[in-house]
Amino acid sequence: MPAPKKNGLQTVWFQNPPVIISTATIVGSKEGQGPLGHTFDKVVEDNYYGENTWEKAERRMLKEAMQNAIQRASLQPQNVDYLLAGDLLNQIISADFVARDLGIPFIGLYGACSTMYEGLALGAMLIDGGFAEYVLVGVSSHYSTAERQYRYPTEQGTQRPLYASWTVTGAAAAVLAHQGNGPVITHATIGKAVDLGQGDPNNMGAAMAPAAADTMARHLMDTQRQPDYYDLFITGDLGTYGRELALKLMQQKGYDISTRFSDCGVLIYSPGQDAHAGGSGCACAGVVTCGYLMQEIKAGRLKRILGVATGALLSPCSYQQGETIPGIAHAVVIEGR
Amino acid sequence: MAEVKDSQPLEIQKKEYQKMVQEVQPRPTVGRNVFWAFVVGGLISVLGQLFLNFFQARGLALPEAGAATSTVLVFLAALLTGLGVYDEIAKIAGAGSIVPITGFANSMVAPAMEYRGEGLVLGVGARLFTVAGPVLVFGIVTAWIVAILYYFFR
Repeated sequence: MPAPKKNGLQTVWFQNPPVIISTATIVGSKEGQGPLGHTFDKVVEDNYYGENTWEKAERRMLKEAMQNAIQRASLQPQNVDYLLAGDLLNQIISADFVARDLGIPFIGLYGACSTMYEGLALGAMLIDGGFAEYVLVGVSSHYSTAERQYRYPTEQGTQRPLYASWTVTGAAAAVLAHQGNGPVITHATIGKAVDLGQGDPNNMGAAMAPAAADTMARHLMDTQRQPDYYDLFITGDLGTYGRELALKLMQQKGYDISTRFSDCGVLIYSPGQDAHAGGSGCACAGVVTCGYLMQEIKAGRLKRILGVATGALLSPCSYQQGETIPGIAHAVVIEGR
Repeated sequence: MAEVKDSQPLEIQKKEYQKMVQEVQPRPTVGRNVFWAFVVGGLISVLGQLFLNFFQARGLALPEAGAATSTVLVFLAALLTGLGVYDEIAKIAGAGSIVPITGFANSMVAPAMEYRGEGLVLGVGARLFTVAGPVLVFGIVTAWIVAILYYFFR
């Protein structure tokens, strides 16, 4: 029997679209100074957030965002059926340790910087499948923890290429519910890991753009919709050049989304902030979605969006061994109600 | 213009996509980088020369004065790294601040600070040479090779 809630090859639709009843964001000072600074709930000026390591600071941000989201939904942690969370650190320790503190049944996720949308998609499936009433989704990243894991010590004097991106410091959380008030998730398209042979770990936009285009085009084919059905296509962290590549790839697939295509990584920093190609990291798509995009949808300025968080599936081990970088992109349709 | 089509074999797609990436990618600002590397690298050298002259004027012989100069430059670079300034200089200066001995100091102090959280032995001790290690290894190996060649062909 074919899956009754599947549309086409990679898309699922939700019979009772799960509701995003609350969201919360917290960011670092650089993000707070950016063009979207006013859309975040809290800006933390101290890179250590009062802790003695950056990892603990990241964890504290994630925990706070999650607690905030739960509180805004007027829930207690014990009311939440599942916690879906992930981050960029080895063995997703930020999510692991927050899960320990919150005591919610925990499914750890790793989708690199696409984790927020991986969580939203899976959370919506759990709810519409009848397995959960409330699901908490959360992600975090921190410039300094990511930098030292993937690249150099932060005080190391290096020159970053112009196409490099800047890991967003912050955390985002969202509570999905079976019913309630708020924007709803109507469809999700789970992406394939796509690798067109890009191997430069500094150029993640180029590595991820083919995956983003693949998922967006697949979504449109699966749903038999035209690009103008959506007010906005927004990718997670392709950056300036990755966005341009995704746009070209979409054009060559026969879809013109140029008038309605943006990228969270492009929006989060202004050109003067020395972030080069833009923001990246789990928190990039996370905080822009849970902050700016939610506010735009609630205010009615955006009615329907296709959010497409992108991830570069690499590790220092893989690129040092000469592997290229597979990209991944998961799409979620969010509609205002 | 590069064309990537799903109907193409994957190898062709990869080649075409690489072309597309090249078209879109910003050109590195080589001229500006070279200029600043020259200026900052030159200034560090001038600073070194000033210290060298100073130590010689105070009565040190050249080898001792050289060692004292290196010590001072390493100290300054370590201090600037600790204050979070050195990486800001390097962002503009590039090789101009990486190649001199100050860059070597930076490459050891930076991991030392970074891995302090993992303890003195497995953190600082084990990671101190993560960046400087390869420089030392290949520097020493090159010295061996040159020495052997020198022994046979002098």
